[in-house]
Amino acid sequence: MPQKSASPDVLAFLRRYAALAALLVLLAFNFAVTPHFASLQTLNVNLTQVATIVIVSVGMTLVIATGGIDLSVGSLMAISGALAPLIFLSSFGRSHPGIGNALAFVVSVGVAGIFGAFNGWFITRFQVQPIVGTLVMFIAGRGIGQVMTNGNLQVFKNPTFQFIGLGRIFGVPFQVIVMLALVAAAAWTLRRTLFGREILAVGGNERAARLSGVPVNRVKRWVYAISGLCAGIAGLVVVSINSSSDANRVGLGMELDAIAAVAVGGTPFTGGQASVVGSLIGALLIQLVRYTLLANGVPDAAALVVKGAIIAGAVWSQQRGKSA
Amino acid sequence: MPSTAPLLVMRDIDKRFLGVHALAGASLEVAPGEIMALVGQNGAGKSTLIKVLTGAYPKDGGSIALAGEPIDFASPQEAQRGGVSTIYQEINLVPFRSVAENIFLAREHRRYGLLDWGRMNAEAAELLRRFAVEIDVRRPLTEFSTAIQQMVAIARAVSFKAQLVIMDEPTSSLDEREVEVLFDVMRQLRAEGVAVIFITHRLDELYQVCDRVTVMRDGRTVMTSCMGDVDKLHLISAMLGRDLETVRSHATGFSAAAAKAGDQVLAAEGLRIGRRVRDARVEVKAGQIVGLAGLLGSGRTEVARAVFGADPPDGGTIRLMGREVRPREPSDAIALGVGYCSEDRKADGIIPDMSVRENITLAILPRLIKMGVVDEARQRAIVDKFMTRLAIKASSVEQKIRDLSGGNQQKVLLARWLCTDPKLLILDEPTRGIDVGAKAEIQALIRELADQGLGVLMISSELEEIVEGADRVFVLSDGRTVADLPRAKASASAIMAAMAHEDAAAVRETARG
Repeated sequence: MPQKSASPDVLAFLRRYAALAALLVLLAFNFAVTPHFASLQTLNVNLTQVATIVIVSVGMTLVIATGGIDLSVGSLMAISGALAPLIFLSSFGRSHPGIGNALAFVVSVGVAGIFGAFNGWFITRFQVQPIVGTLVMFIAGRGIGQVMTNGNLQVFKNPTFQFIGLGRIFGVPFQVIVMLALVAAAAWTLRRTLFGREILAVGGNERAARLSGVPVNRVKRWVYAISGLCAGIAGLVVVSINSSSDANRVGLGMELDAIAAVAVGGTPFTGGQASVVGSLIGALLIQLVRYTLLANGVPDAAALVVKGAIIAGAVWSQQRGKSA
Repeated sequence: MPSTAPLLVMRDIDKRFLGVHALAGASLEVAPGEIMALVGQNGAGKSTLIKVLTGAYPKDGGSIALAGEPIDFASPQEAQRGGVSTIYQEINLVPFRSVAENIFLAREHRRYGLLDWGRMNAEAAELLRRFAVEIDVRRPLTEFSTAIQQMVAIARAVSFKAQLVIMDEPTSSLDEREVEVLFDVMRQLRAEGVAVIFITHRLDELYQVCDRVTVMRDGRTVMTSCMGDVDKLHLISAMLGRDLETVRSHATGFSAAAAKAGDQVLAAEGLRIGRRVRDARVEVKAGQIVGLAGLLGSGRTEVARAVFGADPPDGGTIRLMGREVRPREPSDAIALGVGYCSEDRKADGIIPDMSVRENITLAILPRLIKMGVVDEARQRAIVDKFMTRLAIKASSVEQKIRDLSGGNQQKVLLARWLCTDPKLLILDEPTRGIDVGAKAEIQALIRELADQGLGVLMISSELEEIVEGADRVFVLSDGRTVADLPRAKASASAIMAAMAHEDAAAVRETARG
């Protein structure tokens, strides 16, 4: 049977790099057709817009690698986005801006992580299907965010805190640096660390992993917690860009964008295999398609249809790879 | 009793999967109003035969006749309409619909295009009353016990005017009282002239309700007999295919080495696990291969999983390496130096998409960590060592394990445990589904490991493997350890006698130990 493995390898290669190839083709197309495409500004606009999706899809990739899914990320973004201004706009936060900003960051992200850990606990403790388990937080989370702010829009101007969404280092938007750092850290974790290998073992064959001593439930709780942390960071980026926080809107629909990025990036939903860099490429591809269409005068509604088609195409190529 | 013309005649049935014979000239005859037992080991071909009968699989050869007419059902639904109904182990009804709805599913009574609930409820209640089941048929099925759900499935089958009802291990999830109710229903069916094919692993049950028994082995029908003419011992030897006196010697790769037993590594007493295991006992010493024998369903795997912490027992004591422990997770047992190769390699063993390298080092990985990162040099060294030592054939260590042959996969799983340097290795059917050559290699390896001081608890359905390989044999029957035989006394006949519970001497042996 070993000699048979050659053709699946070719397909696996195509599956892995289909999104990258599509991205390169699209870039070439834009350089040729779209006016003013080859500018630093275009690059920054696109990267800024895609950064939050990528940050969330890093956590999502890890969850999907265990064979799960996390629907709650958008709501957790709303929670962290609502919490941070509450802290730095409080009387304590105003009188101690340094500590206030630090607390705003750490507490908001931490709370999102704790809610994520709750997802993991709920799913492992009661053996709930992840799609149902995280649906609970998807619904309740946005409610919690609104309750915290009484449903009010919080408007603020806090350049120190907003550095996460508006700052630049050597001209590179800060959230892009955060995004790349998270992608690199997650990719390295998956490849080289015990935790990463355990994630893939759990997704690859949960029963076998447990019988080999892998702490299956602990691994699952951690990936949902990490997904929550990523969502928390993304929530702060969004409110910083907007200079306002509206728990009704922050992160709305983000779960689906992140899942789409993971799917297009070639991570199978059955678990056991994952590519964080693939998710990055997937998010970039979706973003660039949208930009290309808009920049060439195609309305946003049509862009949505194309986005759906890309996802369908990605899933189709995955199915092909599996059946071969 | 079969005095009239047979209801069902299956003759010379052939069925191949990818060229491998699952059935080779199997036959089965059932008379009207007869309860026929169908028994055999795992893989003997019982379920394949039933699936050929009900049209779930097309047959490759042979003939089937029902009430004298040749038949060839295309699907179980067609079989049901033709008078052959099957009741599966897992009840395949709709749990949240009412009892009456389940009975009339897909052939509801209608009036003016609407469902005629009154009539359906009345008929369903009437149908169940025939089996002395008085329940509110408007309640959802899921509110009732498994036994009642089985009755509903049977009532549904009968309402199809079934001439033949097939019950595939219906008792496995019932308690003793519920089993009695089910048996009454079977007798009621018989009284009404309906024939029953009853598949079970519990031999005692056969004698309670069945008229005749058909024994299958390796895809063939090896014996058909009236229940009254065959004792349990003969039944078992027909299932296992062993002449009572002769077991081929040197049929395995085990060399006969006298065991130098060392310290006790495992002692379990009075284990109770769910419904399957009631009072099990095993003991393993370092350097020993201890065989755990028993028929399918006797609780062997359950005992192994309890010792390993995969399914914590409900009662009893477990001592590992001389310490009394309660392993709650496999990782607890692994930390004490236990390894477990499960029976089902695909479901419980391999991580199919991972490489041979990662599959080998899965259990030892936590020990190969330097500052949270896998030490790939050490990992590589361990993998190379065990690839050579176990002669694992793979194109490279990066090949995915799912592309390997069964024998090589099993060696990888053995390597997964051996590299953790265990003191006790539990092997559940270590050579099942493995070609002859690799089988002998693995058996020789197990002996070699034991000689180096490893304690081995080996579960096997193959008597040769137990007789030639084990230094001591525990026999389980119906969840109880019924015999504890030293190597000298562990002959095939003694083991089978113990399985049949019929040799008082073997049972008495248990008292020593």
